Amino acid sequence: MLNFLARRIVQLIPTLFFVSILIFSLQQLLPGDPALVMAGEERDPDVIAQIREQYRLDQPVPVQYVYWVKGVLSGDFGESLRNKVPVRELIAQKLPVTMQLASMAIVIAFLIGIPAGIISAVKKGTAWDYGANFFALWGISTPNFWLGIMLIFLFSIQLGWLPASGYVPLTENWRASIASTIMPAFVLGNAIAAILMRHTRSAMLQVLESDYVRTARAKGLLERSVILKHAMRNALTPVITLGALELGTLLSGAVLTEQIFSIPGFGKLIVDAVFNRDYAVVQGVVLTTATIYITLNLIADIAYVLVNPRLRA
Amino acid sequence: MADTTLNALPIAVSDELESPARRALRRLFKRKGAMAGLVVIATFMLLAVFAPLISPYEPIATSWSLVRKPPSALHWFGTDELGRDILARVIYGARASLLAGAISVGIALSIGVPLGLLSGYRGGFIDALISRITDAMLACPFLILAIALAAFLGPSLGNAMIAIGISATPIFVRLTRGQVMSVKVEDYVEAARAMGNPRWRIALFHILPNIMPALLVQATLSIAAAIIAEAALSFLGLGQQPPAPSWGSMLNAAQRFLTNAPWMAVWPGLAIFLVVLSFNLVGDGLRDALDPRER
Repeated sequence: MLNFLARRIVQLIPTLFFVSILIFSLQQLLPGDPALVMAGEERDPDVIAQIREQYRLDQPVPVQYVYWVKGVLSGDFGESLRNKVPVRELIAQKLPVTMQLASMAIVIAFLIGIPAGIISAVKKGTAWDYGANFFALWGISTPNFWLGIMLIFLFSIQLGWLPASGYVPLTENWRASIASTIMPAFVLGNAIAAILMRHTRSAMLQVLESDYVRTARAKGLLERSVILKHAMRNALTPVITLGALELGTLLSGAVLTEQIFSIPGFGKLIVDAVFNRDYAVVQGVVLTTATIYITLNLIADIAYVLVNPRLRA
Repeated sequence: MADTTLNALPIAVSDELESPARRALRRLFKRKGAMAGLVVIATFMLLAVFAPLISPYEPIATSWSLVRKPPSALHWFGTDELGRDILARVIYGARASLLAGAISVGIALSIGVPLGLLSGYRGGFIDALISRITDAMLACPFLILAIALAAFLGPSLGNAMIAIGISATPIFVRLTRGQVMSVKVEDYVEAARAMGNPRWRIALFHILPNIMPALLVQATLSIAAAIIAEAALSFLGLGQQPPAPSWGSMLNAAQRFLTNAPWMAVWPGLAIFLVVLSFNLVGDGLRDALDPRER
């Protein structure tokens, strides 16, 4: 186990190195001179020269990279060009909002996806199974921004039950906070519910055919206890680790969902930064998401090995 | 007894002779979901190709007297905020979506498959290098990477396709590599090597054809993801530029008029949903039809 852990962590280093190269080189793709963009309309030669020096744009690219990585390693992602706030602060401000959204989405996804998967496996070939499969296909195929718009139309404009946009922090008023995030959380959770349902279904089908389930049935146990106690426990472990991985997908989905519901989270931060050509913010956000994703991957891998003794060699 | 054996023989032989591609097609045609998907995709392709003949109006023709009119006999899907016919824009919008799906997956395949073949077949340092870069790209969530790339390349449909294509590449590298690793130890690859075939020949003519089924399934599912991604980028203003129609940018405009003109949001979203659903149905059908374990 220790060996596996060490190997897994050592593998992370080159991955993170390439992530940093990838993110840094995004800036090089930029057409034109970044100093000119930053200098604004007037293009005062003194200002441009000062910007060049300040951001080390006059240095060769590898040198710029080294300075950038040095900064990142000490927690300095640079400064937002737009509002002159350190990128680190912006991220610290917006990440909790997206985390609240993501946690709610994961809960919704588990609450829908797992029961649907179990029912469709147990009642394979019946109308229940077809219904659950159709739901999964629907969830995977619906663009989340369209679903968001349709939910706003139904619940905010037609019925007037929920606010169409905006965000209330949990600490301020938890009821209002839930009301402002339940629709976007559902939009995000829906697609993941579909993926979880498919995995739960195939894992359950596999387990239900296994010998120990047959033994449990042969003992004369109630079908309900066979399914809930014997089959489900074994089928769900891989699904739960998979759910952890889907948190990374959530960060991607949050981009558009937050845009539609005007929620000031991580996704909106990156979109605003993209439109303001605020490259330091874009780089910081992409790097943070990648790091979160890699960490989740690692945790999921470890959890998978922990619950699966056969892999522990 | 002898008679039955004789009678049974030709059937067995014909079954043996059926090519894998044919068998897969026969099995695909038996799946209702996949067939329905194929029909919908074919319909949208016809709409896209023959848009000028089918469309009732010009997609960019504005009319101040027709601003935000609900669906009617003249304008089946209603009109938008500039008085343009929504049906015409949905029909023309199929071009951007299908093109983006096909071209970006084409880009991903043409970069990802050769790299995956190289990585899986050569092994060693090249494999380690390619695998780490792939890991790094997979660590950045697909849409965030595509948005960042599209933003840095500049907003246009072409750049959006490039951005989506590059973002989808690592999946194909990883898939190809994994498939190559499992196929290259097969006897027929050993045999090809023993006959003195050069490496490139083994990779292209002996390994590649055998990993095609997996690539085909992934490509179909990736087209679905690419169509959603194009709509997402256009929704954000990073894809198709106005006034040219795209389902994503139509949804963006629709969001602003949701209270007064909800029909503006229904049709483009429904079109994306139908096309994406169809590609997913065909992908699922192909996966089942190409699975050798399922007979």
